Amino acid sequence: MKLFTTTCMAMAMMASAAAADTCAIGKTLTDGKLTIATGNPAYYPWVMDDAPESGQGFEAAVAYAVAQEMGFDQGDVVWVRSSFDEAIQPGAKNFDMNMQQYSITPEREQVVDFSKPYYTAPMAVLVGPGAVDTPPTLEALKALQWGAVGSTTAVPKLETVIQPAAAPLLYGDNADVNAALSANQIDAALFDLPTALFLSAVMIEGSKVIGQFPADAGDNPDQFGMLMEQGNPLKDCVDAALDAITANGTLAQIEAQWLQDTTGVPLIQ
Amino acid sequence: MTRRQMYERHQRRKSTLIATVSTVVAMLCLYVFVPMTPGWDKVQKSFFNWEVLQKTLPKLLDAFVVNIMIFAWSAPAIAVLGLLIALARNAKSPAMFPLRVFGATFTDVFRGVPVVLTVYLIGFGIPGLGLPRPWNSPYLWGSVALILTYAAYVAEIFRSGIDSVHHSQRAAALSLGLSEGQVMRDVILPQAIRNVVPSQMNMLIALQKDVSLLSFIGPVEIFRQAGVFKSLLANFTPYVGAAIIFLVITIPATRYADYLMARQMRERR
Repeated sequence: MKLFTTTCMAMAMMASAAAADTCAIGKTLTDGKLTIATGNPAYYPWVMDDAPESGQGFEAAVAYAVAQEMGFDQGDVVWVRSSFDEAIQPGAKNFDMNMQQYSITPEREQVVDFSKPYYTAPMAVLVGPGAVDTPPTLEALKALQWGAVGSTTAVPKLETVIQPAAAPLLYGDNADVNAALSANQIDAALFDLPTALFLSAVMIEGSKVIGQFPADAGDNPDQFGMLMEQGNPLKDCVDAALDAITANGTLAQIEAQWLQDTTGVPLIQ
Repeated sequence: MTRRQMYERHQRRKSTLIATVSTVVAMLCLYVFVPMTPGWDKVQKSFFNWEVLQKTLPKLLDAFVVNIMIFAWSAPAIAVLGLLIALARNAKSPAMFPLRVFGATFTDVFRGVPVVLTVYLIGFGIPGLGLPRPWNSPYLWGSVALILTYAAYVAEIFRSGIDSVHHSQRAAALSLGLSEGQVMRDVILPQAIRNVVPSQMNMLIALQKDVSLLSFIGPVEIFRQAGVFKSLLANFTPYVGAAIIFLVITIPATRYADYLMARQMRERR
């Protein structure tokens, strides 16, 4: 009986492994390789030291876990860089999937495909040295001069949830928002929580993360998905792989390893 | 009608006919063959999406008001500063030599650096010195960057205008007993400025477009607003919308500059 069970389990495992192995065959850009795009530069804590090949950092680690689940060895993962515009422009893509904290939105989904979410990011408020005493209430936040990265879902969040008195200033990337915070041109900026915690700890002296929005507040829960060309047959394989690493706890483990404990940041009232 | 006139009329009609036919054929080719390209459906959906255009155009127009504001306060400042720099470079007295050096250095530096770099360096750099609000505003320092850059170009155009007024006029005016200042103000400048109006129109058109560079340091003008829509909707149509708004302004302005230029050429002959 025991032998039978073991055999069954072994066969089941083989079957699932075989399924994972075969799913992606012939569906990738280069046969036998999985091409993954990240940002240029890729930011901590998503990718450490702008070197995704190392597998260090949350997104890099998730990428390798998914690749392994899909039957690709570590050496079969090829990294390329892409901007947001390259990811959404019409025509052939130079990546199988693109991971750079892309929030899944219905509008974007009309043009590209997203995998199932691999992370749900609460939005967090990062304030500069001049505004660290701001209480985490919507009332107090309205009075601040806001900034954000113009290409992120932080912009609609600002407009719909915070509705600041003064028009927010928008920037091209994180570095420019930092410059504006450091120059005291803005009081506060809206980022996803892991990015905000990193910026406050490492990049901007005297800044502080004063609060986070509950992950599902407003009409705009920020869920990160891997971006793929619309109609990419690989999507099912990627989703299956994400399901698998979610179910066996790998994803949670990677999250615990790379993303700081976010429970210490108060919720915004 | 003489035979000659009849012949010429015939020739004119023939060339009009050929021009019309060739234009129609060219348009038809564009209209028929471009949509036959394999990627046209995707390109149309992502660059020429009527729904997206309708949805975003009103907000783009709102943002364009910011462009107009920045343009409106920068243009007069550029004219004044440009003229002062041109006069500084033209100073004749030996005691004014430092002024000439200053004028030459100014034009060399600000014509030599790409506008966007000047905008970045001045827009983030000077507020970074610790100026209190509102004196660290990106609107203020961004405009200053535009003013400095464009004043350098405008100064050179003014200088060429001043040089275009013949020396004999200055000599004649001096011999009549006018002072150096009076000669410049009452004799040379009125002619010089008139001579360079068409060239300065071109600078105005260029400035009108370069106002968008201020988006790099925070102000949400039309280019940034289009970028926000592009990211949210994953669609490039808002950029096309912005381009249309620019064209509506710049095409008449360019035609007017051409007209001024042509009129000047006629008058000089």
